[in-house]
Amino acid sequence: MMKNCEYQQIDPRALSVSPSSAQNHTEKKVQRSRRKWEVFPGKNRFYCDGRIILARQSGVLPLTLGLIVVTCGLFFAFDCPFLVEHLTVFIPVIGGVLCVFVLISLLRTSFTDPGILPRATPDEAADIEKQIDTSGSSTYRPPPRTKEILINQQVVKLKYCFTCKMFRPPRTSHCSLCDNCVERFDHHCPWVGNCVGKRNYRFFYSFIISLSFLTSFIFGCVITHLTLRSQEGKNLVQAIQESPASVVELVICFFSIWSIMGLSGFHTYLVASNLTTNEDIKGSWSSKRCAEDSGNPYSYNSIITNCCATLCGPMPPSLIDRRGFLPFDEAIPAASASEMELPRFAAKNDAHMCTQSTKDVLERVVNSFDSHGLCPPGTPKTTPLGLEVSSMAAPSTEPSPSVGCSGQHALQPVAAPCPPFSRSSKRRDSLHSFNPAFRLASPSPPLSRTTLILDDATDVGFIPLP
Amino acid sequence: MAETHSLQDMRQQPAVAAKVFIQRDYTKGTVCQFQTKFPSELETRIDKQQFEETVQTLNNLYAEAEKLGSQSYIEGCLACLTAYTIFLCMETHYEKVLKNIAKYIQEQNDKIYAPRGLLLTDPIERGLRVIEVTIFEDRS
Repeated sequence: MMKNCEYQQIDPRALSVSPSSAQNHTEKKVQRSRRKWEVFPGKNRFYCDGRIILARQSGVLPLTLGLIVVTCGLFFAFDCPFLVEHLTVFIPVIGGVLCVFVLISLLRTSFTDPGILPRATPDEAADIEKQIDTSGSSTYRPPPRTKEILINQQVVKLKYCFTCKMFRPPRTSHCSLCDNCVERFDHHCPWVGNCVGKRNYRFFYSFIISLSFLTSFIFGCVITHLTLRSQEGKNLVQAIQESPASVVELVICFFSIWSIMGLSGFHTYLVASNLTTNEDIKGSWSSKRCAEDSGNPYSYNSIITNCCATLCGPMPPSLIDRRGFLPFDEAIPAASASEMELPRFAAKNDAHMCTQSTKDVLERVVNSFDSHGLCPPGTPKTTPLGLEVSSMAAPSTEPSPSVGCSGQHALQPVAAPCPPFSRSSKRRDSLHSFNPAFRLASPSPPLSRTTLILDDATDVGFIPLP
Repeated sequence: MAETHSLQDMRQQPAVAAKVFIQRDYTKGTVCQFQTKFPSELETRIDKQQFEETVQTLNNLYAEAEKLGSQSYIEGCLACLTAYTIFLCMETHYEKVLKNIAKYIQEQNDKIYAPRGLLLTDPIERGLRVIEVTIFEDRS
């Protein structure tokens, strides 16, 4: 039985048993409650306790922010004083409003959930697998993992996502950088450091439109500034020497205008025809359907309706519920291993899983030996293992808590009641890949597993202290 | 101790016999609609019409949430003008309808499904992909 566990030797200091007996159970309860963002399986980063979501690779978002802030800063510092004097005070006002609008849109695009679809729960995945198998058994070829459906009298193929274990809804695509399925996936934008999808497309669009206006405005103002300076009896070179920052702004704006305006124009076309970048690039609804002028089944066939639907339509809620709490009684599903986990994350969970099971054993043995309960468990055994990730960021740096309360106990926990286990164990993988929204009424596998360990552990034996 | 408490709870809960998943219906596009086809596993448990009525009501509620009407346009334009900061203080129309849906499902569970040993899970907890119907073992 122990062969199946394949555990590795653990450091007793890694066991996060309560360091002091003074800690009461209410504190334990607060420690135990974790939010769903902490166990999110995709490659995302969360800030402000789950309120802000970003892709794991921030891309060039700092560069984008830096360019905007620097250009606007130089504009307000060097060009505005001159222009206010010679023209009107509204120039910095308009500039300020545009700048604020650009920055807010950019931050909203970057920090909003683009429309991530939570991964299928193991029950759902099993149900879908069953349906695929039964339908594909007529021919000997393996089932193609696509499903054809009719949308507005047009045939659309839905693909099966192997990572998320579900058939992707129409217009949904899996972003490999973020490792999530995103609804109405447009593209992954490195400039904003996030995917652009259903929920943040309007922010992205307002960002690029306002940025086009801002860059054109600054460009125009700088040209005006230099022209006015050189008209006052000096030549252009002298004017530039007096205001060198303007040249920097000119260069940045000149290159930005071409790209940003081009992008704005392209996205305006997409909005008007209710297309996504993804669909346009793949040519999903292009001229291969030569009979109709627009093969797009999602289009309302009216530019205004398309624009309104995309930009002013109802704001769908986030489906991933980042800030929800994981229930205490949530059991860990045994099915569906996730192959997309980073080794670092997997390594942490390896330690956790072993730690968790060991703790379970220790709790039971401690309880059974009636040791005054002074060394209460860190977490209940039915809590998913991934919950321990954030609290166990550096297991080796924690003081040896289990040893700390050893003086008052009849038992000294043995360092490694479980045998070593290898990283490649599939069963291990299955324990730390789960959907936070999943609820099981049936008893959890770790319970049965700890029972196994317990049986063996009693054989291994604990070393009682005198 | 917390662990033993939850174990006892588990022993008292009825065992799950099966789970049925009502998938999405995409014939009208990407709007959130669920298939009204009556699953065969529920034949012994509940009346077909009752079930279809529940799903149809849910479909209507979701259609209401995603409706492109004057209210959603006003909300959208207002949000755009305030640089989308208004979403931080105001609850959107969609969210309000989702609350109604949650209440409706709770009501349906209490009145109709729980007495028959069934449980409807709010689709929002499953990412609006499926309506999960949990069938509990019939211990009567």
